[in-house]
Amino acid sequence: MAAILIYSEKSPLALELLTAAAVIAQDTDLDVKAVCINNNEQADEMAGRGATTYHIQDNLNLADTACVAAALEQAVNKLDASIVLLSSNRRGKELAGRLAQKIQAGCLTDVNGLAVVEGKIQCSRNALGGAVISTQRIETEQQVIALTPRSFEASPVQEGGSVQPLAIEAVSSPLKLISSRGQAGDTVDIEAADILVIVGQGMEEEDMGLVESIAQTLGGEIACSKPLATDRKWLPEDRIVGLSGKKCKPQLAIILGVSGQVQFTVGIRDAHTIVAINNDENAYILQMADYAMVADLKEILPELKGALG
Amino acid sequence: MNIVVALKQVPDLQQIRIRNRQPVFDGVPYTIGSIDKNALEAGVQLKEVSGGNLMAVSVGNEELEDTIKEALAGGADEACLVIDDKFADIESSISAALLAAAIKKIDDVGLLLFGEGSGDNYSGQVSSRVAEILGFPQIGYASQIELEGQTARITRVLEDSEEVLEVRMPVVVSVLSDINKPRIPSVTQILKAGRKPKKVLGIDDLEIELSGDRTITTLSSLAPETDRQRIAIKSAADLISALRAEGFLGR
Repeated sequence: MAAILIYSEKSPLALELLTAAAVIAQDTDLDVKAVCINNNEQADEMAGRGATTYHIQDNLNLADTACVAAALEQAVNKLDASIVLLSSNRRGKELAGRLAQKIQAGCLTDVNGLAVVEGKIQCSRNALGGAVISTQRIETEQQVIALTPRSFEASPVQEGGSVQPLAIEAVSSPLKLISSRGQAGDTVDIEAADILVIVGQGMEEEDMGLVESIAQTLGGEIACSKPLATDRKWLPEDRIVGLSGKKCKPQLAIILGVSGQVQFTVGIRDAHTIVAINNDENAYILQMADYAMVADLKEILPELKGALG
Repeated sequence: MNIVVALKQVPDLQQIRIRNRQPVFDGVPYTIGSIDKNALEAGVQLKEVSGGNLMAVSVGNEELEDTIKEALAGGADEACLVIDDKFADIESSISAALLAAAIKKIDDVGLLLFGEGSGDNYSGQVSSRVAEILGFPQIGYASQIELEGQTARITRVLEDSEEVLEVRMPVVVSVLSDINKPRIPSVTQILKAGRKPKKVLGIDDLEIELSGDRTITTLSSLAPETDRQRIAIKSAADLISALRAEGFLGR
């Protein structure tokens, strides 16, 4: 029977794919098959969540997208997969296009919602820089779908899983990995924060201390619009909210001095409560706020800090 | 050696208005995708250090001949364009097939640069698809590129780690937006851009067969509904009370 194949090199994301695959499997006659590559721990974890797991153990260069795509192409053929679910993190997105081209599949990346309608999968994703949400369907026999991290919950522990080896033909790689390291220092995960204080170009650097203190009192983290990290370099790149940064869904977002271009708002519009403070009464961000305040940050930040104690 | 940079012509997102939840494109000019401009700048900087010829490649409708001047002013030596009025809004797999067919006509391609995602759709598929069609290795999300002889040394930045990789060219590389800050072209460069060589190809000039069937159907494309309270707050004290009422203080 045809199958849904899932793969992500990151175990937490692979567990989300398992949930998404279950959504599809429920309304189709497809089996779910998880593939792991050189990762015993992940293979056991997937099996522990009820997945029929296939473990490829081979001398593969995982830094080489072409190489991983070639391995997955073999898995797709051996396991008779018609749907491939990948994670839409950086490696996963790069892999999605390459694998889709190899197997002549239609492909959608950054997909944040799935539904099966009349036996066909409908995907939702942001388009036009986030200005619109598109609902799209892949028409080809085989489909590659890459899912935005955190769009689905991790699959719960379930019985009935198994692990078996999957042999593939060797794939050589022309890429040489010279070095690899975790990013140093700042490892705050703004996607996981309940409260975010987000600063934009309306901020002055000397007021960042006030913002830090406000964020700390609230128990929140600081994030920013893209120019603050890439142009002004006040904050590291992993604090960027928006289309090419993180998509965050905090309980509370306090947005300071951000005008609200769609490339930014796409990263925060799913927040539960939004507070926006801007000195321009016409700033779009004020329209998408639950609490909107027209004020000069220079005056309001000290007052806020004082009032918070 | 040719350094090739692939660019996408996209509607200027800043100028798209939303009416009845639908995007309105009337009068919206085209521009080059924002991260594509970083790819172009990366090419210009590498050329300045290592020499070679910098070629801009793109696929689009007739407006592209005008849009591409931005890239020629920005430092590309010449442009190779595949133009057809049907190419206004094509899907990734077809863009990739056309780009790859055009690139096959270019001799001695060393480095093939892309932005990590297009300005409008940001799906990031085209660089991977082109690499597969051409049989080139690929390295995505580059924050640094160094060339030495036939070897490229690339720093790739992932969500939680960084890799330094070496590969013999040709290679496809997609760049991050913070790899550089694209230069603003001078008036002289803008004037010169119009005189730089530009090759315009039609679909008949390429060894390619397109089936014409779309692989993706868009069922709807709507601006998200914003359902926000929009309560006007006048003072810091009012804001604090609102946050307290919502249960965000004293947690």
